Amino acid sequence: MRPTLYKNARLLDPASRLDARGGVLVRDGRIAEVGPQVFVDAIQDDVEVVDCGGRCLAPGLVDMRAQTREPGEEHMETLASLQAAAVAGGVTTLATLPNTTPVIDDVSILEFVERLAQEVGLINIHPYAAATKGMRGQEMSEVGLLAASGAVGFTDGTKAIADAVVMRRLLSYATMFGRPVIQHPEEPSLAREGCATEGETATRLGLPGIPACAEVMMVERDLQLVRLTGGRYHAAHVSTGAAIEAIRKAKAEGLAVTCDTAPQYFALNEGAIVDYRTFALMSPPLRSEADRQAVAAGVADGTVDAIASDHNPEDQDSKRVPFTQAVPGAVGLETLLPISLGLVHDGTMDLLDLLDRLTVRPARILGLEVGTLAVGGWADLVLFEPDRAVRIDAHRFRSKSKNSPFDGKPAQGRVWRTVYRGRTVFDLEAEEPRPRREPAHA
Amino acid sequence: MTSAISPGPATALSDGTRYPYRHLLGIEGLSRPDIDFLLDRADGFVEQNRQADKKASTLRGRTLINLFFENSTRTRTSFELAGKRLGGDVINMSVSTSSIKKGETLIDTAMTLNAMHPDALVVRHSESGAVHLLAEKVNCSVINAGDGSHEHPTQALLDALTIRRRLGRLEGLVVAICGDVAHSRVARSNIHLLSIMGARVRVVAPPTLLPSGIDRMGVEVHHDMERGLDGCDIVMMLRLQTERMKGSYVPSIREYFRYYGLDDEKLKAAKPDALIMHPGPMNRGVEIDSVVADDISRSLIREQVEMGVAVRMAVLEILVTNQTEPWAKNQ
Repeated sequence: MRPTLYKNARLLDPASRLDARGGVLVRDGRIAEVGPQVFVDAIQDDVEVVDCGGRCLAPGLVDMRAQTREPGEEHMETLASLQAAAVAGGVTTLATLPNTTPVIDDVSILEFVERLAQEVGLINIHPYAAATKGMRGQEMSEVGLLAASGAVGFTDGTKAIADAVVMRRLLSYATMFGRPVIQHPEEPSLAREGCATEGETATRLGLPGIPACAEVMMVERDLQLVRLTGGRYHAAHVSTGAAIEAIRKAKAEGLAVTCDTAPQYFALNEGAIVDYRTFALMSPPLRSEADRQAVAAGVADGTVDAIASDHNPEDQDSKRVPFTQAVPGAVGLETLLPISLGLVHDGTMDLLDLLDRLTVRPARILGLEVGTLAVGGWADLVLFEPDRAVRIDAHRFRSKSKNSPFDGKPAQGRVWRTVYRGRTVFDLEAEEPRPRREPAHA
Repeated sequence: MTSAISPGPATALSDGTRYPYRHLLGIEGLSRPDIDFLLDRADGFVEQNRQADKKASTLRGRTLINLFFENSTRTRTSFELAGKRLGGDVINMSVSTSSIKKGETLIDTAMTLNAMHPDALVVRHSESGAVHLLAEKVNCSVINAGDGSHEHPTQALLDALTIRRRLGRLEGLVVAICGDVAHSRVARSNIHLLSIMGARVRVVAPPTLLPSGIDRMGVEVHHDMERGLDGCDIVMMLRLQTERMKGSYVPSIREYFRYYGLDDEKLKAAKPDALIMHPGPMNRGVEIDSVVADDISRSLIREQVEMGVAVRMAVLEILVTNQTEPWAKNQ
């Protein structure tokens, strides 16, 4: 492969706090040079030159929470469509939940999925393994063997690890292998049958509610177990101010605790479910406006380490049903960047901090050497335009599923090009025009 | 679709000369003139229903389908009578939810029925929001005959008509709604309607049977029944929906009756001429004592059933007529 020079870019590297005009020289899939001087030094005849036209060039996004439906439910998402969606969203490293069919709770299944993902080869896919066998929440899975085969963390996916003894042992044991235990923090007995955050909105709609405190209850229990075990704990998609505050205190105390959230928890509140819009049905459910603001503040001050897409492909059969019977979740890979950029556009945080939550911070949680523009590292890059006005159009998604609560909404931020290990895996300008259709819910 | 919280497009005309929507999905979002208009029309049918010849021909040639995903005898019969007395063709479809694959079939059924060109669909479903979903998929008028714990608008209208005919007004009355408010669509529709019409609404129930945030709907909340009934004009009892009680909300039926069952003793707290209502079917000895329920001087329970047919005739007639009106909006 010829070396490639990305010139005339706004370079953004949160790991080194770099925000400057310049270029990146990529040789043999790795970053050979970065900075303003690349202009002069590297021009050679055999170099392919890409003029970035002043757009932003940053490390490829690292998304630490997405669901694939392969193996098992390929009509909703395959590893190929998942990766196509990821690169269209600027994502070059993706951690996937083990809630496939069969569940990834065994080395052979893990390696099978890893191999399938590599055959597509557009990006890095790092599966999590189930924390417990069959994600049944009872017996620990083979944590050591799974970690040795590449599992980057242990989680029961969209189910809380509810049993305190199981959680205690996981935290003690998984830490030995340097892998985090990732929790869906929600007290299940309070969440049973609920599909909206308890309160006025749920009451008016006649929907069974889940009290918002179900989240902080589980987080606080887990934090006690972290104190007891010294374990490495990660709370996924935190959605309430109370949970974020508990994590803020735990971090100040020095516990090995991290958390992520998803764009819907800082971009939407429970008002999105009126009219029984099942695309806005999430687990955890969308929260009050006060909680939405607390999540945004948590992302800005860094208590929330990462923004993950929480990509959750569901088909029409799962969503075109009464609200109480619908399956929660939204696809998110292709809206991750534009919706997250809302935090920059509304002045909540600066661009470099936002990229930190989308690249190097989640990479470090997963123990991966990606998410930076460091010389010598893999050239995983995203070229984007942060201010570009776009209208989210779910029908143009590469994902096989179109369940987005942002469909039809205006946003700012467009991914122009995604580079994985030096290879351009997505180039908007070279794309076939995709069919445009009017949003289903005007 | 407009928002369930602040429905009604700005262009919908609510001047009391017409009902501005194609559907009746809920009371929330209706205006006072809308409700007056429906009640006035219903009032006109009461006399007609007391004649020997009850038949009109307003809906001749029109098809109404009663689509019930949840068991109901009285509401379905009431709608059926209403449709037939207006000269419409009424078909009853009972789809038991246990025998179908959930949800998927709701839209399939809606599309199938839609292809047969009915003029109105009367729908009851066990899940909140199911009727809204269905209304998005069909061309005809949709009437919500009860969806989950959300709304049961014709029940609230018939309650209002009953009160209005007996007391001449709704404004300024104190109405206590007692019992399982948490699971009650009747309670929600009545809270909306009575508040819109200027009545003062109280809810009386143990905290476990009150939904969170109910105070934000403009009601006074009481846990003590005698205090809740103090000085009220109307006592509206709700059925303790044991079939919905998936957990243990109250310790026992006898304890519930002790604290929240309406008997002579507790009724003394209300105004001496306070009236008693119940949407039926009653659980005698659970939420209401037979002595009270059957006291013809105070109990409006039978009148409620009578008003039900009149209200449903009005709703069917108005909606089916609205179908051809360009100004009729989706609710």
